[in-house]
Amino acid sequence: MNDVAVVGFAQSRNVRHSDGTTNGVEMLVPLLAEVFEQTSLSKEDIGFWCSGSSDYLAGRAFSFIAAVDALGAFPPMHESHVEMDAAWALYEAWLKIRTGEVDTALVYGFGKSSAGRLRRVLALQLDPYLVAPLWPDSIGIAGIQARMGIEAGLWSEREMAEVAARSRADARANPVAQLSGEVEAATLLERPMFADPLREHDIAPVTDGAAVLVLAAADRAGELADRPAVITGIEHRVDSPALGARDLTRSPSAGAAGAAAGGDGVQLAELHAPFTHQEIILRRALGLGANVGVNPSGGVLVGNPMFAAGLARIGEAAGQILLGNADRVLAHATSGPALQQNLVAVLEGRD
Amino acid sequence: MGKRLAAVLGTGQTHHRAKRTDVSMPGLLREAIDRAMADAEVEWADIDAVVLGKAPDLFEGVMMPELFLADALGATGKPLLRVHTAGSVGGSTALVAASLVQSGVHRRVLTVAFEKQSESNAMWALSILPPFQMPVGAGAGGYFAPHVRSYIRRSGAPGHVGAIVAAKDRRNGALNPFAHLRQDEITVESVQASQMLWDPIRYDETCPSSDGACAMVLGDEAAGDRVPGGAGWIHATAMRTEPTTFSGRDQVNPQAGRDAAAALWREAGITDPLSEVDAAEIYVPFSWFEPMWLENLGFTAEGEGWKLTESGETALDGRLPVNPSGGVLSTNPIGASGMLRFSEAAKQVMGRAGDYQVDGARRALGHAYGGGSQYFAMWVVGAAKPG
Repeated sequence: MNDVAVVGFAQSRNVRHSDGTTNGVEMLVPLLAEVFEQTSLSKEDIGFWCSGSSDYLAGRAFSFIAAVDALGAFPPMHESHVEMDAAWALYEAWLKIRTGEVDTALVYGFGKSSAGRLRRVLALQLDPYLVAPLWPDSIGIAGIQARMGIEAGLWSEREMAEVAARSRADARANPVAQLSGEVEAATLLERPMFADPLREHDIAPVTDGAAVLVLAAADRAGELADRPAVITGIEHRVDSPALGARDLTRSPSAGAAGAAAGGDGVQLAELHAPFTHQEIILRRALGLGANVGVNPSGGVLVGNPMFAAGLARIGEAAGQILLGNADRVLAHATSGPALQQNLVAVLEGRD
Repeated sequence: MGKRLAAVLGTGQTHHRAKRTDVSMPGLLREAIDRAMADAEVEWADIDAVVLGKAPDLFEGVMMPELFLADALGATGKPLLRVHTAGSVGGSTALVAASLVQSGVHRRVLTVAFEKQSESNAMWALSILPPFQMPVGAGAGGYFAPHVRSYIRRSGAPGHVGAIVAAKDRRNGALNPFAHLRQDEITVESVQASQMLWDPIRYDETCPSSDGACAMVLGDEAAGDRVPGGAGWIHATAMRTEPTTFSGRDQVNPQAGRDAAAALWREAGITDPLSEVDAAEIYVPFSWFEPMWLENLGFTAEGEGWKLTESGETALDGRLPVNPSGGVLSTNPIGASGMLRFSEAAKQVMGRAGDYQVDGARRALGHAYGGGSQYFAMWVVGAAKPG
């Protein structure tokens, strides 16, 4: 079956609030132009299109239909959509290329988190009969998870603050980051609690944004990029939604996906960890040693555009290969409450 | 490097009603899944991945319901994908599941699609007015009625053709124990006597609003070879999309549907669909879409679809039985309706369609469309392996 490689990637600036309509598809238009320029492809050259987004962010049904206009889908396109982070749209596109049906695919994700109250919107992902009516929001659930880890001695508030400080420092080199700067963990720990034991720095900011990525069959990829990032493994798994039925301090689905994707020996990893303690959980689940650089972009703690952020992790990791900075990298995307669903991709540069 | 072979190993669906108050969402899905797994003679350990589809989350009021459904779907610890391509989603979901097998990634995949519209208010969900977008405010029937009028004007079809479709599909539905509407007494005359809703669409020419689910187990060649009585082999798949509106768009005979059909027939090696396809499950939520889609799919020339319908050739004993199961006009759980078309096509070629079995069906079409007639998904399945 065909190997698949990332040959182009673009993302919008991560901002607290974007102008434009509630679905945010306007953010896609310049990004499409950017990846076409990177790859010398045009709209007509793309064999398959796949997107990830959510109607609930936009507060309306069929919000992805508007994106079809942004693409300029005439003549008609071979196109599909997942109501998930666009990392899973990439998975669907990867399948299409693997079958040999197409040899290029364009994947995009977009989300305007500022259109509603994100933490409250995400509460609607919970069991609608027994849990959602109590309105435990996404930050409250992450707070329970963080508290359980602290009480089990798996991490401390200080280690959490160190993750935030490192992310913001790394983000100084990231032109699209929403947050960046030099700050001491000790200074962060003086800040008040937001949802005990989480302080503001422990929580990814509300972010509007979009990301676009181009895939190609490996035998075609060399024409489109100097150094394509070949996907050597991509796997995803889901855990039980019953928050009381799983150990929230672990992420078995991330661990299983990482093991199946073959994550050994990576030089760096882009992890989709919307809370500081989740980076610690993921490092452990994925077996990332101290020598593996995590989130050189700053990760989603410096900008978390819903439904594009997981795809952007793959794009950021692939970018390190495309630029020649790394040879073997890991990218991760998550979805659902408390790291419920996880995808891991391993990418390699082949000279 | 070509696709690997993939086949339908078994299918299952729920009993459909306007309100399934006897089951929760997980219960509804398990009703379809348990039947599909029994039909396929597989156990949970045999399932490598799960692909779920449904139309907008606002219909049930749950954001990304695949997350809370993971346990009920048997997906915990496995890969779980969630597809959403408007009304075509049931078909697209089956195609994503097929690609999991065709790519060589998995051996057996469970795919399921559902809608439990009674949990929330679909009319409300469709009535939100986003800024900068053309409000329709007329429901699906109001949106599609002008297309139907345009079709009648362009083709010169006589006014009773829609009623012929409605009476045929509802009588077929009476042969299907899972159908929502089972009206064996319905006639062309009684349809024509029903209330006019959106001229020229009458009450009996519209689909019901159903709670329901459909599931299939798909497998690779080895798994297909082991199906007693024969699997439903996937011969071809196609998906195409175009924008909802722009000047010059042909909403009666959309280019995306024509392109998808052309690609489908090419992949299936079919040059004359009308002679080479034995049964067709076509997405017909309003009666007039049967002749419209017969043309769009290339079964007839443009303007000729109504003649095939009027002559009775789309009836169960006709040259091309269309919707032998009763179709969307008899059962419409929106997110599942496309997968029902795909699975009913498979049942025909597997010889498992019971009282509405088309004699000697060897190749069948499953078809779905969605949005403002802009998303298309289709497959051809056969009793024999392709090639």
